[in-house]
Amino acid sequence: MMRRLVAVLLLVLAASPAFAVNPDEVLDDPALEARARALSAELRCMVCQNQSIDDSNAELARDLRLLVRERLKNGDSDEAVIDYVVSRYGEFVLLKPRLRGETLLLWGAPAILFLAGTVAMVLFVRRRAGAATGTPLSDAEKAELERLMGE
Amino acid sequence: MIIEIGHYALVLALATAIVQFVLPVAGTIRGDRSLMAVAPAAALAGFLLVLFSFSVLTFAYVVSDFSVANVWENSHSLKPMIYKISGVWGNHEGSMMLWLLILVFFSALVATFGANLPERLRANVLAVQGLISTAFALFILLTSNPFVRLAPAPAEGRDLNPVLQDIGLAIHPPLLYLGYVGFSVCFSFAIAALIDGRIDAAWARWVRPWALAAWSFLTAGIAMGSYWAYYELGWGGWWFWDPVENASFIPWLAGTALLHSALVMEKREALKVWTVLLAILTFSMSLLGTFLVRSGVLTSVHAFATDPTRGVFILAILVFFIGGALSLFAFRAATLKAGGLFAPISREGALVLNNLILTTAAATVLTGTLYPLVLEALTGEKISVGAPFFNLTFGSLMIPLLVAVPFGPLLAWKRGDILAAGQRLFAAAGIGLVAGAVALYIEHGGPVMAYFGIATGVYLIAGALTDLWLRAGIGKVTPAIAFRRFVGLPGSAFGTALAHIGIGVTLIGIVSVTAFETEHVVEMKPTMQVESGGFTLTFDGMRKGQGPNYTEESGHFTVARGGVVVTDIWSSKRLYTARRMPTTEAGIRTFGLSQLYVSLGDPIAGGGIVVRVWWKPMILCIWLGALIMMAGGAISLFDRRLRVGAPQKARRVRPVLEAAE
Repeated sequence: MMRRLVAVLLLVLAASPAFAVNPDEVLDDPALEARARALSAELRCMVCQNQSIDDSNAELARDLRLLVRERLKNGDSDEAVIDYVVSRYGEFVLLKPRLRGETLLLWGAPAILFLAGTVAMVLFVRRRAGAATGTPLSDAEKAELERLMGE
Repeated sequence: MIIEIGHYALVLALATAIVQFVLPVAGTIRGDRSLMAVAPAAALAGFLLVLFSFSVLTFAYVVSDFSVANVWENSHSLKPMIYKISGVWGNHEGSMMLWLLILVFFSALVATFGANLPERLRANVLAVQGLISTAFALFILLTSNPFVRLAPAPAEGRDLNPVLQDIGLAIHPPLLYLGYVGFSVCFSFAIAALIDGRIDAAWARWVRPWALAAWSFLTAGIAMGSYWAYYELGWGGWWFWDPVENASFIPWLAGTALLHSALVMEKREALKVWTVLLAILTFSMSLLGTFLVRSGVLTSVHAFATDPTRGVFILAILVFFIGGALSLFAFRAATLKAGGLFAPISREGALVLNNLILTTAAATVLTGTLYPLVLEALTGEKISVGAPFFNLTFGSLMIPLLVAVPFGPLLAWKRGDILAAGQRLFAAAGIGLVAGAVALYIEHGGPVMAYFGIATGVYLIAGALTDLWLRAGIGKVTPAIAFRRFVGLPGSAFGTALAHIGIGVTLIGIVSVTAFETEHVVEMKPTMQVESGGFTLTFDGMRKGQGPNYTEESGHFTVARGGVVVTDIWSSKRLYTARRMPTTEAGIRTFGLSQLYVSLGDPIAGGGIVVRVWWKPMILCIWLGALIMMAGGAISLFDRRLRVGAPQKARRVRPVLEAAE
């Protein structure tokens, strides 16, 4: 009893920033662990500000890391794991939103802006290229030019 | 009493700012020179008043006057002096005071160094600065007053957030604000030009030094913030695409575009309208960043909704300045006459491409940062946009830009020859590829893109040097002449080369760390060992310690290579007593440009502790590159040609043939 009390007390007092991935979570299969890390980097810690579960030390992030590893061990594909996590926590959990109606503008923005900029630039250069610059040659200058070209 | 005088000085500063706006504007409308001449005097007076007010606040922190609510909330009598001072801007009210101080500082600089500006332009620029000062002084006095008193005065303060008690925080915000707010001068110049409807190459020459200075400070500020996050947050990340980081990165991208387009305008009188628009947009992004960080809208839309006074006030400032400036732009842009022509393949063309990509990148980061907020406000749906999104979109935009960078300085103005430029860059590209191959030999097994990334970084460095090499005519003329030509190159040539070298160096750092960093998470007991980056770390045990306002537990590690002890590392966890808040103080050792990073985790049952050890190859390149970029900006600033009307150097420089610009 006493020992348990001390252990609980220690847990409460040791409010130190724990680590993200702890040694006890790591999977034995390095390939599977690598996939788990890659997936963790794309999942948001729901109670943190802009942290992935891979970086976060929150209890909830740990639960999610264990969940991801559990699914992977059961033979799920990466997509299946993501689908499962989204079905439980919603789209908010994805740090890289999926392409849907609501995120069309988000994903399209860079391409649209770049293309619009390019078109504007080309139109601008074309229009400017057509514009006359300086003063046109006088008849005398034209004649002089003809003469020089003729030589 | 002194506190009230400081408070009063701030009210006077507000009045001065109003004068600084109203009288010069009236002067320019009525053509009254004496009214226009009020502007510089008001700017200097405003600066002195805000400086005094800020000093009073600092004094309250230094003497730990807890009768001032702001000091009580953010300070502690036992805090080291440096953090008492830096604590002034480690909170909302104080940081807005710093913002205002730097704003009026820049106004005073314009007033001091603007003696050679046309009268009307100077009056208008300072009037716009005065209007911005008015808005922010009002904001501070009405919603964020740092001089509010407490009665009775508490005996002890609540201390500053421990994460912020760091030398990095002492330097980071002032640098960042010098950058953010420095762009206000470019903004004011743009507005003044629009009001006058007249703009020429001289305008670009006046604006460019301010843009350069602001950009250099912002570069330093962002790099400093990144390094601070790296060593303070304890998990070795150096960039998180956090909205707060993005808020400073967007103006940096826009400002970088502005620097380049101002160059075209100065040399060729082209891109006038665009440069004016960029000057407006860059400062608008600074304002937006201030809004995002200061309104609390990022933490949660709901927090913003429950206490909206501050947020709504900054939003009003934002809408007023951005909306007003853009409307003015829409009305007046057509009156600005277009300038020089150029072919698509030319120095101008290359700089237009630079602007296209940089502004698209800025807009992409902006979209990603605001999208979740807007979507939630419109539909109530919550999504996250984080690092994986930004890495993908921003990264893809940067690839073509980085390849194109060395071409820019090698192309001629008006009409360039891209094949000739390509041929001159053969050597640089070759050196880059060799470097990529060497990297493959040393660290094989990384992703293919990593080797191309390193090759690109080295190519950027070699490409920048190629430009200097060609301009000095090395190999074509005798070494003595080449040396004299090299020394005689304008400062801006070295500035350009250094800035571009800096990008290459930063890229090498980013790629190396991303691809080749190693991480070990282990449970350690004394005498246990772990291998990292070719070093063997032996854990020797823990020791308790006591700081002025914290207690700490430190782990000691002996670092050996090949059986020989080379150094040791202390890594600590601290508990700040006033707020019962823990922090990690990572143990970091530098080897060349690489670092060994040791961080402590939870103790485990049976007397061990979780230890995380990273090997971060070439990581210092990330910030070294930023420093080189900043140095490039500073050297460009000293280019005599930027100081219009500056007297010729007394000593006549012997004329030396210089490669054509």
